[in-house]
Amino acid sequence: MRIARVLGAAALLLGLAAAPAAADSSPSPSADGGAPTQAGTSFRTATEIEQGQRATASGSAGDYLYWSFPADTGQRPTVKATVKLPDTHAAQTWQVDVYDGLRRRQACQYGAQTRTAAPGTSSVELACVLRTVRAWAEPWANDPLPGTYYVRLTVTGVPTSDLGLPVGAEVRVDSKDMGGAAAVDGSLAQPLVPGVAMKTDDEAALFDLDPDDGWSSGWWSDRWVWTAAGAVLAALAGIGGYALTRGSGRPRQVPPGM
Amino acid sequence: MIISKRFAAGAGALLAALAAGLALPAGAAAGEPTGEDAPKVDLVLDVSGSMRTRDIDGGSRMAAAKRAFNEVLDATPDEVRLGIRTLGADYPGDDKKRGCQDTARLYPVGPLDRTEAKAAVATLAPTGWTPIGPALLAAADDLDGGTGSRRIVLISDGEDTCAPLDPCEVAREIAAKGIGLTIDTLGLVPNAKMRQQLSCIAEATGGTYTSVEHADELTDRVSQLVDRAAEPVVTPVATEGADTCAKAPELTSGLFTDRAEFGQQRWYRVQVPPGKELRASVSVSADRAVAPSYGVLLRAVTGHGREIVRGEAAGDGRTDVVSTGLRYPEAEAGDEDEETAEAVCLQVTHSFAARAGVKTTPGLPLELTVDVVDGPSDADDVASFGLGRGWWLLGVLVLVGFLAGLVWGWVSRWRVAVWRTN
Repeated sequence: MRIARVLGAAALLLGLAAAPAAADSSPSPSADGGAPTQAGTSFRTATEIEQGQRATASGSAGDYLYWSFPADTGQRPTVKATVKLPDTHAAQTWQVDVYDGLRRRQACQYGAQTRTAAPGTSSVELACVLRTVRAWAEPWANDPLPGTYYVRLTVTGVPTSDLGLPVGAEVRVDSKDMGGAAAVDGSLAQPLVPGVAMKTDDEAALFDLDPDDGWSSGWWSDRWVWTAAGAVLAALAGIGGYALTRGSGRPRQVPPGM
Repeated sequence: MIISKRFAAGAGALLAALAAGLALPAGAAAGEPTGEDAPKVDLVLDVSGSMRTRDIDGGSRMAAAKRAFNEVLDATPDEVRLGIRTLGADYPGDDKKRGCQDTARLYPVGPLDRTEAKAAVATLAPTGWTPIGPALLAAADDLDGGTGSRRIVLISDGEDTCAPLDPCEVAREIAAKGIGLTIDTLGLVPNAKMRQQLSCIAEATGGTYTSVEHADELTDRVSQLVDRAAEPVVTPVATEGADTCAKAPELTSGLFTDRAEFGQQRWYRVQVPPGKELRASVSVSADRAVAPSYGVLLRAVTGHGREIVRGEAAGDGRTDVVSTGLRYPEAEAGDEDEETAEAVCLQVTHSFAARAGVKTTPGLPLELTVDVVDGPSDADDVASFGLGRGWWLLGVLVLVGFLAGLVWGWVSRWRVAVWRTN
């Protein structure tokens, strides 16, 4: 699938001699080497960030700031956001929300998703630990699936006097590899990336980032190791059990010469 | 559409090249946007009498605005079509009717001649009223045409002085008329009423509101907004949902916008071939004052009215949008003859309630993404390939192996004994 896509992209590139560097057009943050320094203002314009990247943005109290990042099977992403508040301000309540590629709100297992900054505090720190991303879920389930995740950072409680005050935001997504404990059967044919069906290489896309080593095919998990090790141990135990019934050496009752 | 793709690619390439510090050869005009699809920005500057007040870093508000404009004009990306409009620049008198029509195009939206634009800004002197509503209407006309993103940046130091025309409603109507138009507002040394009004205008169009107390903040924010306009984004396609499944418009993969009035159902239809998966997500924006509790429901329904799957979301408190989504993998056709696609109806309802005194038309902006992709492989076990893991598994395997070994050993001993007695 990937090879086909790459070949397709190459063919397209050759054909698009008139539009040079079309393939470099993705608004990928890595294109300019640095982390993004601004945020989007809606799902459609969300700024794409990689996991492990520290994205910053300046905004105003009252803005809705959006970022998006890719998360793959077996990862448990943690979204951390820090808001730097101006010197003088009233009490403000900030909140970070995470949505999946279908714009469904995702629950946070742990972490202070909402926090109120007392007047005069210089920053608020928010965190959200998502559930482990599964390779597959039933269509009726709301389980996190591999694909795009959106982060929305906003102030939910703010007095009018504080509206529009300059604030700085910082977002970072890291994830923990949960290994085979979360490995399930089945997989999605395509990750849950919005606009994946209409994606072409030379167009502004709703989401354009892949995980560092591509989307996982989903067949590998450490369950193979566990099961194989179990089989070997079972075989050894079988031999052990067998040997126990035979005693050591030649049975005494057997006459010589047999 | 192809032109817009090329443009977006070109714009991105241009940005990438600039960021990398490469000198862009003059001949590299492939990414040059055509007038049709270039992002357009109209800066609307309040030149009312109050701009004379000297309270921004010791200088007058007007001086701060001029300085900011000069710097922004220097930094404007080449592909952006930038225009400047003034309000309250010409009529100094007391006649409200005349004062409230006082808005003028200072520099037309188009390819930017920096020197000319700066010269035009230099001529401005604080004069008249603050007709925000009419200025917004005129700015929307300035930006008319083309399929690129459009942005109005309103810089004002006072609330609208031209009631009863509510600029907030004007903004909402402008947004309802066109697609992809955003109004960002900046308040210079604002008071409470002004904050409310300007943030209402911004929220009506999905824009942002910023309070400005220092000249630097103004420059930074305006350049940030202009840069934001230059970023390539996917432009949604307007559609109009029907109130029943039978009359619903047919959608294919893409990004769509519509309006959903309070208490109104919106139906769309998507053809899903066997073995494919339908993914749909919807978000409804709160572009006006709404009651604090709200929700949205997206249902996938068969042609016979049976619900297949639904996505629902509810929320509480301040929000810009409430969104949900669903996926529906259509089963593989068992029979070769039945390779026909199934028409799945999508129903969208939202439970926003308008606050008292807020106009309920036009409806709330609704954004719908539809993707028809390859279906997933079915899972027939909870665990991956039915494999196991963990110490219990190892324990059980070892125990069973051991017991099997014992039994095997005993059986073979017994067989040896039987053979010997024979």
